[in-house]
Amino acid sequence: MSDARPQRPGLYYPKMRTTWWLSRPGYVRFMIREATSVFIAIFLIEFLVLVHAVAQGPDAYAAVVGRLASPGWIVFNVVALLFALYHTVTWFLLTGVVQVVRIGDQQVPPALIVAGAFGAWVVVSLFLLYWIVVRS
Amino acid sequence: MARSNEPFWWILFSVGGVVAAFLVPVHIVIFGLAVPLGWVSLSHAKLLALLGQPLVKVYLFVLIALPLFHWAHRFRFLLEDLGLYGLRTPLAVLCYGSAIAGTVATLWVLIHV
Amino acid sequence: MSEETITLEVTRYRPGHDTEPRTESFSVPYRKDWVVLDALNHIKDRVDGSLTYRWSCRMGVCGSCGMMVNGVPKLTCSAFLRDYHPGSIRVEPLANFPVIRDLVVDLDDFMEKLRRVKPWLIRETEKPVSEGEYRQTPAQLEAFKQFSMCINCMLCYAACPVYGLAPAFVGPAAIALAHRYNMDSRDEGYRFREPVLNDSVGVWDCTFVGECSVVCPKHVDPAAAIQRSKVAGAKDWAMSMLMPWGGKK
Repeated sequence: MSDARPQRPGLYYPKMRTTWWLSRPGYVRFMIREATSVFIAIFLIEFLVLVHAVAQGPDAYAAVVGRLASPGWIVFNVVALLFALYHTVTWFLLTGVVQVVRIGDQQVPPALIVAGAFGAWVVVSLFLLYWIVVRS
Repeated sequence: MARSNEPFWWILFSVGGVVAAFLVPVHIVIFGLAVPLGWVSLSHAKLLALLGQPLVKVYLFVLIALPLFHWAHRFRFLLEDLGLYGLRTPLAVLCYGSAIAGTVATLWVLIHV
Repeated sequence: MSEETITLEVTRYRPGHDTEPRTESFSVPYRKDWVVLDALNHIKDRVDGSLTYRWSCRMGVCGSCGMMVNGVPKLTCSAFLRDYHPGSIRVEPLANFPVIRDLVVDLDDFMEKLRRVKPWLIRETEKPVSEGEYRQTPAQLEAFKQFSMCINCMLCYAACPVYGLAPAFVGPAAIALAHRYNMDSRDEGYRFREPVLNDSVGVWDCTFVGECSVVCPKHVDPAAAIQRSKVAGAKDWAMSMLMPWGGKK
């Protein structure tokens, strides 16, 4: 499974099971977090198909929108939205840990960075909603 | 021990992660739920006009291509963590290759609008 | 008056005799102020003197007594029986390490990795004592202090699935200690540690599971140290790509 190191006689070398991640809640949450990328990728391909349909004409566009209205796709998109939100939340929470921001000598408290990220996300989302949907 | 070129993929993963975190949820709401369910109506003419603008094309490229590299990096490590660590080179080729293919497809679609 | 007891399920492994570890059950007195280490000492003193395990300070500063307690890496001197009572307590050797005997694991791999990251102050020129001390502001101390609290207990390696799956990974504690020295204003040795950190089995093997920081008894937060080292490593890589003729660092 991994790069083998020389094994000394008499010692017992434990093996990791493929189901290692089920043994602790922290590991399960980690796996869910990693899985968010799959749903995001699938949605973006779905979205690319929609963009292509717009380029092809009103009939193609209507056909794709019609397919997206099917129960299967609606369920998938709801699930994808939940996973995408989980990605957003975990990503912003971890940003405070990863990026140390210093003003002069002092470190900006991570909680402030996280709050700023969430605030910016709300603003960007509302702006996009307005710009795409409301504006003509 | 080799100096790694991992930073290249990690940078793409990070930038893609930021793009996905900020932009993907609202796009799922609009195009995955609101439009198909008829909560809002976005006419084809309006979308085509939007699509014609160069800045919009750049935005769409960033929105789609970068999170694909985010997925590729994360998915590759996910498969390694599920026991496929020995296959890391073929996995990397598969994952990053798919992201590159997706990027090329995105470029093609946007150029041919 | 019968004394309350609690059951310990302890891993036993005799090299040369056993091919696999097995579990032995012991009934020990339940005392509210006892920790798992007290229970192990009771077993060794009164029941089975052949039980083998490491311990020293019994107060959470030496890092010797790390074991798996009900599947969680813990210092047995800090795991109170009352937090598990009335259920039984499973005591196993620290995960992801080869087992030498009973609850004792082989630490050579970690020791080698610790040396590899050069966890000491490295300077171009030493300042003579006559010139006085190295002075640091409180802010300069803050930059590395948290990461200096590591007691080398290796609970983080037991919690890290990457280390379990790919033992060549340098690992949380070693990287956190490298980061501690990289962030120390007195240190000038970043370029010696950087190749170890930016190796493919250095920081880049980490997938930020984060369990290392969860189990750390001294709140070192090795996960943060690793991610920050990734940012620094990525910046270095980008600079080396943009300026391949190389500037002096």
